[in-house]
Amino acid sequence: MNPVAWISGLGRRVIAGIGRLGRATLFLARLMPALGAALARGRLVVQQIYMTGVLTLVIVVVSGAFVGMILALQGYNTLVRYDAQSSLGLLVALSLTRELGPVLTALLFAGRAGSALTAEIGLMKATEQLDGMEMMAVDPLPRVVAPRFWAGWIAVPLLAMIFSAVGIIGAYLVAVGDLGLDGGVFWSQMQSGVSVSNDIMGGLVKSVVFGFVVSWIAVFEGYDAKPTSEGVSRATTRTVVSSSLAILGLDFIMTAFMLRGL
Amino acid sequence: MDRPKSAEPLVTVRDLAFARDSRAIFQDLNLTVARGSVTAIIGGSGTGKTTLLSLIGGRLAPARGTVEVAGEVVGGLPRKQLFALRKRMGMLFQSSALLTDLDVFENVAFPMREHTRLPEALIHHLVLMKLEMVGLRGARDLFPAELSGGMSRRVALARAIALDPMMVMYDEPFAGLDPISMGVVVKLIRELNDALDMTSIVVTHDVAETCTIADYVYLLGSGRVIAEGTPADMKKTDAPEVRQFMGGLPDGPVAFHYPAQPYLDDLMTANRS
Repeated sequence: MNPVAWISGLGRRVIAGIGRLGRATLFLARLMPALGAALARGRLVVQQIYMTGVLTLVIVVVSGAFVGMILALQGYNTLVRYDAQSSLGLLVALSLTRELGPVLTALLFAGRAGSALTAEIGLMKATEQLDGMEMMAVDPLPRVVAPRFWAGWIAVPLLAMIFSAVGIIGAYLVAVGDLGLDGGVFWSQMQSGVSVSNDIMGGLVKSVVFGFVVSWIAVFEGYDAKPTSEGVSRATTRTVVSSSLAILGLDFIMTAFMLRGL
Repeated sequence: MDRPKSAEPLVTVRDLAFARDSRAIFQDLNLTVARGSVTAIIGGSGTGKTTLLSLIGGRLAPARGTVEVAGEVVGGLPRKQLFALRKRMGMLFQSSALLTDLDVFENVAFPMREHTRLPEALIHHLVLMKLEMVGLRGARDLFPAELSGGMSRRVALARAIALDPMMVMYDEPFAGLDPISMGVVVKLIRELNDALDMTSIVVTHDVAETCTIADYVYLLGSGRVIAEGTPADMKKTDAPEVRQFMGGLPDGPVAFHYPAQPYLDDLMTANRS
């Protein structure tokens, strides 16, 4: 292949990507004033929290339990070599609250609820529902987009906390029930080693950021989708891919800041 | 049915030009819609009928010329005034555009809930009145996915008149309906127009149905009005374009064949490259 064509193709793709980021940012700027208006109508937000948050609960609880149990098995296997298995509770709690809870919950949320948000808004566009609202003098941003954005933003941190809590319970069941660890040691190590202001708040900050980004990507992709079946399916895929990359990239940046201190 | 000449125009389109990408859709389009009338805008597929409704509703801005609705120039209105004007316009989309997550009752109540602070009991009464007019009071608990094409269009019609607009725009209201549903919609357009003292603009390619209810007809072609008059005038006219369209003739001024090179040359060319 001709190298000049390859380079210019690469350039076009980079420019298109940056242009898209710019459009998404402009969309966010337009969405901001609508957020306040949507909050005044709490019923719509609560409805969407149910649709996005509560219906994601099952997958989050099940995944959380398994991740906690796996952590207990793997962690025990490693710690026992140094005769440090009494720290298993601490290891599990720190891994979940600081890292795995926020990140895995956000990834699951992007796949389960983010894609659904995109598809729903995209289909509303494809079936002229958004145009219909415009013609009824109803702005779809506060009525349709903003409640969904709020719901995602609120749901992700809550789900992440549930994920971590269920994970710790799962780890406890394996550690105490199967591996024969002492329950008191498991909990007391955790209690003395986990800091609320650093570990738990750090994880919470992460999941608030992830919730914001995933919801933003999901509603933008839906609103920006081409109003055809193909356009909506592409937008749904883009939501999952971009959200996942954004979550992992942002996680690296935030972790680096948190560990070194600001 | 003579055109009510004394009536002032509600919608005036003057020297309108509009292009999509590089394709010109309208050039020097002029038409008026008299207050209180049912005005039909007829044209073949792709003549920009739906685009015209978007221009009247202010969803698109003209490249040149003006669209005036109730004395206001639509193109340049700020969003707030445009929305205020739209509250007085109803629009029936070809796809009905019902909100799929709300049932029939809530769909009709939607504009009332968004734009008024009426008490719940009053909304309930108003919605039932609108549904009664379209004959679907009994379907109030159904969801849009459970409705037939004709029913969803009637629900959309009830929603379009929810705020008692001065005008309703119908985008292809007869497309894809069985004869009975079509007859119902035809009758409703005329009856609602007269009973609610509205003005109706019907964009369509169904000539026969439209002529039974329209007061005045515009025939669009190649970006401008190629004929206008009452349905009776249109049937009498000798202009070939009008006769082809009104009679549904496959060939005429609007050619059956998409422009192509001569048939024989095409067949003799060995391959598509």
